[in-house]
Parts: sequence; structure tokens; C-alpha cells
Amino acid sequence: MSAVAVEGVWKFFGDYPALRDVKLAAAPGACLALIGRNGAGKTTLLRILAGFSRPGRGEVRIFGGGPRETETRRRIGFIGHGISVYDELSALENLTLFARLYHLPEPERAAREWLERTGLTRVADGLVREFSRGMRQRLAVARAFLHEPSVLLLDEPFTALDDKAIAVLQGLLRGALADGKTIVMSTHQLREALELASDVALLSRGQVAFHGPRTPEMVADPGYVYARYGEG
Amino acid sequence: MPAAKMLFLYAPAGFVAVLGFAVAVAASVLFLRTKALRFDTLAASATEVGLIFLTANIVAGVVWSRAAHAVWWTWDPAIASALVCALVYASYLMLRRAVEEPSQRAAFCAVWSIFCFLDTPIVIAAVYRWRSQHPHPALWADVPDAWPAPLAWSTAGMFALAALLLAVRLRQGTARREQDLRRRMGNTI
Amino acid sequence: MDYLRQFWVVSIKDLRAEFRTKEAINASLAFALVILVLFSFAFDAADLEEAAMNEISGGLLWIAFAFAGTLVLNRSFVRELPNDCLDGLIAAPISRSALFLGKAFANFALVLAVEMISLPVFGIFYHVRWASQFPELLLVLVLGTWGVTVIGTITSALTVNIKLREVMLPMLTYPILVPALMSAMQLTTRLMAGEAIGSDTGMWLKMLIGFDVIYTSVSLILIEVVLIG
Repeated sequence: MSAVAVEGVWKFFGDYPALRDVKLAAAPGACLALIGRNGAGKTTLLRILAGFSRPGRGEVRIFGGGPRETETRRRIGFIGHGISVYDELSALENLTLFARLYHLPEPERAAREWLERTGLTRVADGLVREFSRGMRQRLAVARAFLHEPSVLLLDEPFTALDDKAIAVLQGLLRGALADGKTIVMSTHQLREALELASDVALLSRGQVAFHGPRTPEMVADPGYVYARYGEG
Repeated sequence: MPAAKMLFLYAPAGFVAVLGFAVAVAASVLFLRTKALRFDTLAASATEVGLIFLTANIVAGVVWSRAAHAVWWTWDPAIASALVCALVYASYLMLRRAVEEPSQRAAFCAVWSIFCFLDTPIVIAAVYRWRSQHPHPALWADVPDAWPAPLAWSTAGMFALAALLLAVRLRQGTARREQDLRRRMGNTI
Repeated sequence: MDYLRQFWVVSIKDLRAEFRTKEAINASLAFALVILVLFSFAFDAADLEEAAMNEISGGLLWIAFAFAGTLVLNRSFVRELPNDCLDGLIAAPISRSALFLGKAFANFALVLAVEMISLPVFGIFYHVRWASQFPELLLVLVLGTWGVTVIGTITSALTVNIKLREVMLPMLTYPILVPALMSAMQLTTRLMAGEAIGSDTGMWLKMLIGFDVIYTSVSLILIEVVLIG
């Protein structure tokens, strides 16, 4: 069974098709880099995968289940453009909240563990409002990984990260792949993404222009895929 | 001309308005089931037509009230509940304007249309109950009994007019959607 | 059991966040008090007879509660906007109706708190004995506030991401609430005048309960459409 399967998905905004007949799959343990210009539909597709919106036609499956089913959502970790943590609560309170929402048996212990793994133990009781940008990003990563998801959906995760946060995230992602987790990551930062990717898909104007394994040419020249399959 | 002849305008307009809102809520439920945008266009058009006729109903009531009772407004339960329902459906039209993205607008307005329609019988019951506590001159005073035939004609006429307006609005709505689509596709190429 | 737990986690989160900043509850309370004061100037409480005062008490109180309540209700989904927190809640494996109910209950608690503080103030300003039938009055407050809260929470979800949000929320909420507010006003007026809830006022109570039941059910069913589309 594929970890992530996209079967003939169309997404309409009004009558306008933002995604057209998208077919993609990621095997368990794969890291799929989703690339494409702004407006190609990467964020739209990722949000459908995460269960935030419904496709107009077609289906999406995460380990055989639809993302709108509760069981499936437990297996998904999502990092979008926003960090999805509350400014008015402390780092520890935020993670404990999400641990409870994800039914973890020992919420506070899990929260503390992930604060440590993202280097935020020192500021556990600090309000997120006062955090630096890099700290906020690391907390977002902690939130997404907290419940040990099998599938990680990341929307441009490396954008606007400082070096420390990039290093933390890459380390965690490599660890996740080593653990057999599946990653689908949309990105503009081709270099960082292609280092980790096992497969690449290029979205162009809502359609899949290319989908295949990562090749040495891609790593050597990140613009290769665009030049060969995209609009240049 | 006895002021009670306003009934020929007043009653059918109210009746057609309620029909319009019923069509709108049915279209809204169909939209939620099928996600087909034509049902959203139908719901919007039907609500607009309904509100036009409801406004006609209220205006007729005001004119009638002035002619028969020399005051612009009696808190007659029929006209008072018409006023509240007009406010409720006006909120629907405001919501339509406030949401820009067409699919989101259709979904939100379908939900709100259901809310508005459910409120209508509750409003009518509440206002009638309230009015029954302090009787007031009714709008319906001095309406002769022998008027069913002209009333039926008037209703049929209004119904035809409403159907025509609905068809026009639907045509406009569909054309607008095509235009929006063409514009949006043009922008991305 | 799980549903209850989810509902509780969401509710506590909202209440905790609100008590950290106290923005909405302070504004709401201040607004309620200002309305009560303003109305004192409009209807000079010293000169009004007790009968006339009783006549307007229900209407006055619920106008104050409905308007002040909006300040709390607006915040409900707006507090999820910064940092895209709403995404975090929708992605979580909780039922959307539990999410809605949790938020609605947090709003309900906050608005009810404002009302409980406003009542004694009202009693003092207008020389009204509101405590004479307190259990019944509390019932009416609870039912009426729940009606306001349910509609206000769903309209908060509807308006969170759209143009002119602050204007749209009251425009959507008040017209549809008319029958609920009417019932609450009638009941409150009678109770404050010392009348018991009899067969006459019983109708208003049924209407209020009916409104609450209908709109709570419809909101629970349709919240998924509002959040996800």
C-alpha cells in the first residue's frame, strides 16, 4: 500500500481548476519533493493531503484512509506557512495541548521530550509571543513531530529559517526517514530538499509535469527538472 | 378605493417571497450534496427575488397602513415578521458580497441559507405570540370575504413575474461565472 | 467519553488563553456597563414607576447582553488566526463538532460571567429586585445566552476569514437571533416583575428551548462544511 496516494484529484476554486487530474504516489519511507512555480498548486495539493480542504473530484489516501477520518489524521504531521502554535501560551503549554489533542498517554512527558529534541528546554515556560523567529520555527517542528506521525507533510519548510533551525529540521527529517516515515515536502529551496528527496514531482499549472525518482543530474543542477520538464 | 385592495398586492407578494426562499434553501441543500455551482447561483437568485417580493410586501403593508389607519406602521404581526425576515435574508445577501472566493462563498451561503430558512417559522411564531399579548389594529381589518378569484389572479401574475426575474437573474449569474472563469484562466497564461 | 475529553481540551484552551490577556472579557464587561449607564440617562430610573421599570427591564438587559456578548464571540475564531492556529486544530484527530462545542462553551462561560456581574449593577442602578426568582432567572439566562453563543460561534467561524469581519458578525448574528432575544426578554421581564412562569410565559420558554435545540443541532452538523468546505 502506498503511504500517500493521490488518485485523479481535481480542485476547483469556483469554476477555475487549480489542480487537474493529479496522480501521485509515495511509498512508505519515501521522501517526495514537490516542486513548481508559485501558483502551480503545491500548497493546494498539500492542504488536501492534510485534510484541510476537499478535492472536487478524485481521492486522496494516506495509508489507505481518507485524511478526513480521525484515525488517519493521527498519522499525519503538518507544517504549513504558519507555525500553528499559540502566542499567548508557553512552549510547554502549547505542546502539552497538542499532545492531549492527539491522545498521547503522557502528554506532558512527550511535550518535554520534544522541547529537548528541538533545543527549547531552556524556554519551556516562556510565552511564544516572546520567541525569536528561529525558536518559533523549532517549536512548530516539535508540534508536528510530537505525536510520532507516519507521514509528514511540509509546505516550504526551509523558507525563512535561520541556520540553526535548518540544521535541526534536516537532522529530524533524516532521522524520520531512517525510522521509515514518509515525507512529502513542497519547496522552493531545491538544494536542501533534493539532498533528502528520494522522489521528485514537478507541478505546473495544476498538473503533474514530471514524477520520478531523484537522479544525480537533479542533485548536481537543481534547475534541471524545471528546464527539462517545466516551462523553463 | 378602499385601502383593503392593497391586499391584492400585499398577500401574493408575501406568498411568492416565501416560495422564493423555499427554492433557495432547496438549492442550498442540493449544492451541499453535489457541490455543483449552478445550485449556488440558483440559491442566490431565488433569495434575491424572494427579498424583492418581501420588500414589495412590506411597502404594500406600509401604504395600506397609512391609507386605512393613518399611521405609517402598525405592529401588525404579519408585517412585523415580514420585516424581521427581510433583515435575516438581507444578512444572507451581505454575506454573499463579503466572501470573495466562489467555492467558499457557495459553501458558506448554503449553510447560512439553511439557518435563515429555519428562522422564518420561529420568527413568525414569536411575533404572533408577542402581538397576541397586546392586541392592536390589524392590517387585515375590513377585508371583504368575496375576493378569492382576483386574489388568485394576482398571485398567478406575481408568480409569473417572479419566475421571469429568477430566470433573468440565473442567466446573469451563469454569464458572470463564465466571465470570471475566462478572466482567471487568462490571468494565469 | 473521548468526545467529552476533546470538547473539554478545546474549551479549557480558549478559556486559559482568554484569562491570560483578559482582552475580550474586559471589553465586554465595560461595554455592558456603559450600556446600562447610558440607558439610565435615557430613562431616568429615579422617576420611573416600578411597573414601567419592570416593563423595560427585560429588553434593556438583553440588549446589553447581546451587544456586549458580540465582543467575546468575535474573538472566538479570530484567536485562531495568528500563526494559522486553526490549521493545527483542524488537523488534529478531534471531531469538528467537538471543536465547535468546545469553543461555544468557552464563549458561553465568558458571556455568562459578564452577565452575572452586570446583574447586580443593573439592580443597583435601576432599583430592581432581580433576585426574587433567581433559579428561574438563571435558567432564562442560561438558555438565552446559549442561543446567542451558538449563533455567535458559528457566525464567528463563517466570518473569520472574510472582508469586513467586524461588521459582518453582528449583521449576521442579530437578525437571526430576534426570536430568541424576544423570548428571553419576555421571560426576564415577567420574572423580574415577580410573575411565576405559567402557561402564558411557558410558551416563551418552549420557544427559547426550541431555538437552542434547532440551532445547536444544525451548527453541529454543518460546522464541517464551514471549516473545510
